[in-house]
Amino acid sequence: MKESHLTLAGLHEGIMSIKLTVNGATHEVDVEPSTPLLYVLRNDLDLHGPRFGCGVGQCSVCTVIIDGVATRSCITPVSAVRGEITTLEGLSKDGKLHPLQQAWIDEQAAQCGYCQNGQIMTAKALLDRNPNPSDAQIRAAMDGALCRCMTYYRVQAAIRRVARGAKSGESR
Amino acid sequence: MKRRGFLQGSGALVITLSLGALPGTRIPAAEPAAVAGPYPDPDFRQIDTWIVIHPDNTATFYVGKTDGGQGTGTAFRQMMCDELDMAYDRTSLIMGCTDITPDQGGSGGSDAIERDGWAMRRVSAEARRTLLELGSQHFGVPVEMLTVANGTIALKADATKKVTYAELLGGKRFNVALTGRNVDNLVSKAEVKPVGELRVVGQPLKRYDIPAKVDGSLKWAVDMKLPGMVHARNVRPPFAGATLQRIDESSVSALPGFIRVVSRGNYVAVVCQREEQAIRAAQALKAEWQKPASAPFPASNQLFDYMRRATPTSAGEAQVQGDPDAAFAGAARIVEAEYEVPFQGHTAIGPAHALADPSNGQMTIYSNDMKAYGLRNGVATFLGMPREKVRVVYMDGPQVYGRTAADDAGFEAAFLAKELGRPVRLQWTRAEETAWDTKGPPYVFKLRGGLDAGGKLTALEYDACSADHNHLGYNEPDTVLIAQLMGRRPERPARGSAEAPSVMYAIPNRRTSARVVSLPLVWETPLRTGNLRDPNGPQVTFAFESFIDELAAAAKADPVQFRLGMLENAKEDAVFRRARSLAVVRAAAKAFNWDTRTSPRPRAASRSKVLTGRGISYTYRSNTIAATIAEVEVNRDTGRIWVKRLVCAHDCGLVINPEGLRHTVECGMLHALSRALWEEVQFDAEKVTSVDWATHPTLRHSDTPEKIDIVLVNGDPNPGRADLPPYGAGEGSHKPLIAAVANAVFDATGVRLRRPPFRSERVLAALKAASV
Repeated sequence: MKESHLTLAGLHEGIMSIKLTVNGATHEVDVEPSTPLLYVLRNDLDLHGPRFGCGVGQCSVCTVIIDGVATRSCITPVSAVRGEITTLEGLSKDGKLHPLQQAWIDEQAAQCGYCQNGQIMTAKALLDRNPNPSDAQIRAAMDGALCRCMTYYRVQAAIRRVARGAKSGESR
Repeated sequence: MKRRGFLQGSGALVITLSLGALPGTRIPAAEPAAVAGPYPDPDFRQIDTWIVIHPDNTATFYVGKTDGGQGTGTAFRQMMCDELDMAYDRTSLIMGCTDITPDQGGSGGSDAIERDGWAMRRVSAEARRTLLELGSQHFGVPVEMLTVANGTIALKADATKKVTYAELLGGKRFNVALTGRNVDNLVSKAEVKPVGELRVVGQPLKRYDIPAKVDGSLKWAVDMKLPGMVHARNVRPPFAGATLQRIDESSVSALPGFIRVVSRGNYVAVVCQREEQAIRAAQALKAEWQKPASAPFPASNQLFDYMRRATPTSAGEAQVQGDPDAAFAGAARIVEAEYEVPFQGHTAIGPAHALADPSNGQMTIYSNDMKAYGLRNGVATFLGMPREKVRVVYMDGPQVYGRTAADDAGFEAAFLAKELGRPVRLQWTRAEETAWDTKGPPYVFKLRGGLDAGGKLTALEYDACSADHNHLGYNEPDTVLIAQLMGRRPERPARGSAEAPSVMYAIPNRRTSARVVSLPLVWETPLRTGNLRDPNGPQVTFAFESFIDELAAAAKADPVQFRLGMLENAKEDAVFRRARSLAVVRAAAKAFNWDTRTSPRPRAASRSKVLTGRGISYTYRSNTIAATIAEVEVNRDTGRIWVKRLVCAHDCGLVINPEGLRHTVECGMLHALSRALWEEVQFDAEKVTSVDWATHPTLRHSDTPEKIDIVLVNGDPNPGRADLPPYGAGEGSHKPLIAAVANAVFDATGVRLRRPPFRSERVLAALKAASV
């Protein structure tokens, strides 16, 4: 499959100045409007949480959250972004890890860790809309987040750990 | 990074790492142009190459290994802390950077702990001995009157009289050399500690690398940037074995950011200022390719027929034990079966990548290469540069399992950087990685077994055929993909291998034969075989342990009891694999709560939609023993298999970190479950057609078992032995899993699956054919 968002139709469209709000900060970048958000985040804004995995929106490694929705930045043209972007780097607040990040450490969920941005960001979007998902709901919501080290068992345990915490009144 | 200055200095200690970076520091040389070169080899005999003690009495360890995510880095630190008597959290570790870490060959073969850990332990023990001698001089008392803990030496008689390691060194380096002919055979004056005295080893310490991997702060090889860096993408031949006729550079020369098309032989790449520009240019480049005169390979649905008919490129003499012909002649029952395993790829979650910097007439490659030292040597030869001018800086990357032992991207980035005279970052695409990465060899097997009237296995014939000709995987300058495409060839391809099973069973009469065949296209092919997590083990163990299950069913024996019977009658070996195999198989059965009966499971009269069953499989990988039991649900209407529960009993000798080990065992099983249920590289007679996660599915969250139990059986069956050595654990649990699933499906349905992956459509067809 070609990285079809980068078809020749988008060529010679010229550089545009585009404003982005990422992790609470506003940035202005001069790029071609069809440039996938992923490359702007990584190469212009030095935000390395989202990573390249497939370029065709199949693996979730590039996931960011835009206005609460887990979004695949590799197939999102930068000019199409409306709303605030949160990347993995933006999850911790005041130097304190997000409960999901802490649960990932507690469960030792990562192996190589390359895909874990997609796991964590997809899980965050899930828990933000459903703080106490069932096992079946976790499996369904996470199904598009691929991991080739196969850390799924621990990732699911980490999500359950946070969900349980939320149930007993811990803030998330 | 001033370490090299430190090592070359005349005894004056220069502060090395920024202490704020402790304890997770791993990529000192990631600071660009920190060191101008040249880069001589670090002296592996010198303690100073391995251990630097800082003025604040923290330490940095330097080892010539890498960590693909199994937590070996944490384990190395644990082993070194124990021998050095330093607290774990006062240390950090740097791995696999060719100019500052000793050459231990990088990673591969699951031998990081089993083999390379010894050098780390011996050097650390020698450093401790040296420091105790300094302590003896400091206090003016014999070493025997001193005690040491947490990097501090004190008088046994008066604990208030103490001195730290850093104070003893007083800003000087150790300047103490071990002896020994090579890094694996270092000889120290100090003895390593007996197992009973190890305190950090055996602790379930959390991996130091995980926090920076979940908060986004870790700098990976994909994150490296350098001033003046440009972006490159390869353009691959559209057909395997195609020859480049012509490139129309005007098709891309007007594109924004375009810098250059580089081509040499059949290797083509485009280079642009920005990454998205390089992606576009690679897609837009017009090139004419000529198809090869004959088909490079059969289509994947013809592969096994082709392999059966092919003349072997190499074949060993059949190994014969006892008199198999006579035993078959006298057998009460003979069972025969054939098995097939397709090409399966690495298909790493992150496609191959590297950044190469040609500054100062040197070449630095930032890479997740698991064999960084081999990459350095290979690139030096490939580019015609002296070794001293080439270095590789290892940084974290997507999982490897052998993929980056043939580090195509590292060579390509270096070539492009040299051509352009500026730093080039090269990134493979998803389609390129899935189609062109190195692959585990496909196999066809033929097995034949003879049972006597009592149901004992008296004769066994095993015949294996793999398409593993021209196996590669060692960063050779004439076998990596770019070298092949440029027309470089070694005199002859590597022979590859077809392997025999690894089991301790007593089978009195055996004939074992194995041969390797070649596909028509040997070079410049996307179907390159290489090292994939125990390169032959999963295929061989699938066939053999499935067949043992078929024999158990024919003998009307319980699958566990059938195996235990053959293990009980086996001869013991030097590493007690018989006793350890018995213990492991029994432990798995116990943890699963295995009910002794024959397979398949008797089925209730009423037709239920979901059938359940359990299956066992056992093997060893080198000295590590593993037995796996899978419980499956098979949906009769859809053919979907869900492995609901997995149990693995595992013995890898001394456990360095039980939590890291459990996770490795768990993920090793699930990786094999993906190979059991989903993975197959498919191709037509021109090209690989598996190019993304739709055409090459992988295990997903919804496939994950509900429960996984891991039993660490590790113990020493020989109480007379002084020490319990650690063995490798990276691959042991990966090996038996596919057969455990197939055996469980047979138990559930009575249908024998003899060819992975067990995707729904194939399972459903098999169920229908058997009227299940």
